[in-house]
Amino acid sequence: MSSIDSKSVSSAKADDCTREQIDPRGPRFGGAITTVVLALALVLIGTTAGTVLIAWQTLVFALGAIVGLQAQPYGIVFRRLIRPRLAPPAEMEDAAPPRFAQAVGLAFLVVALVASLLGVTVVATVAVAFALAAAFLNAAFDFCLGCEMYLLGKRLAHR
Amino acid sequence: MTGVWVVVGVLVLATVFGVWFRRTSGRIKDAPVPISGVVPAKDDDPPVDIEPDVPDARSTALAEALAGRLGQQATVVQFSSAFCQPCRATRRILEEVTAMVPGVAHVEIDAEDNLDLVRALDIRRTPTVLFLDAQGGIRKHASGLPRKADVIAAIGDLVPGDSAPPPDFAI
Repeated sequence: MSSIDSKSVSSAKADDCTREQIDPRGPRFGGAITTVVLALALVLIGTTAGTVLIAWQTLVFALGAIVGLQAQPYGIVFRRLIRPRLAPPAEMEDAAPPRFAQAVGLAFLVVALVASLLGVTVVATVAVAFALAAAFLNAAFDFCLGCEMYLLGKRLAHR
Repeated sequence: MTGVWVVVGVLVLATVFGVWFRRTSGRIKDAPVPISGVVPAKDDDPPVDIEPDVPDARSTALAEALAGRLGQQATVVQFSSAFCQPCRATRRILEEVTAMVPGVAHVEIDAEDNLDLVRALDIRRTPTVLFLDAQGGIRKHASGLPRKADVIAAIGDLVPGDSAPPPDFAI
């Protein structure tokens, strides 16, 4: 056991000024759209329309996670159409947690997409159901499932 | 048709979880057993032989990590990580309150860089906030963004009367 890495502690603060900042309502708006898309996908699962919806949402998550939140289609809708009509937010937030959440969503949707294409409806249903729960919790309760799981994952991964 | 029931089931379960989470997150609880430190005796208690304090793994790990950074009266330790939405708001509240009370320190620890300590203390989420007494014993803890009024009350419990925040402290 070493003492605290004081460098990392102080740099965590300094990062606040330099990290990308976003309007916290953007990811919640995106979560609401994702909730609707995934609910529809669950109802239509096993049909071509269901697979198309899953493929679309996979693309959305991939853009948000890999390219960045500025490329996420729902984020673009929020910035172009919604945000100009709202008052400025009370405060901005780091882009890192919501971007991480997009990556977690992407993992579930890739499984769902592959399972749908292979016709394994049960696996696709379970994967989309988890993603739906995460998106709904984000939109309705501002709860970031991926972020909350992050430390537990780190604890398990680095023994 | 199955899909509709899955949607309904997921939304109901997620709502129950979300409401429970909102209620419990950030609540400051007493540590089940005061870890390390000497249990404070009441004035009218008969004198008892107190077992010499045997430090357990948790308090040893924490004491090592905090070496030289304990506040004179109390210490508020915050565990943070990179993918943590409420960590910044938590830091702001803790810095504000600890700045008002002399002898109370705020220490922020990056959980990812201190995984051994995180495991030893069984910290599962960020932010997790620990309230330590003058001896460095863990007396209270909270996971999630704590309310400012609760932080003031918790520090008031740890710090002897005269230096605790005044009751009209703006909330």
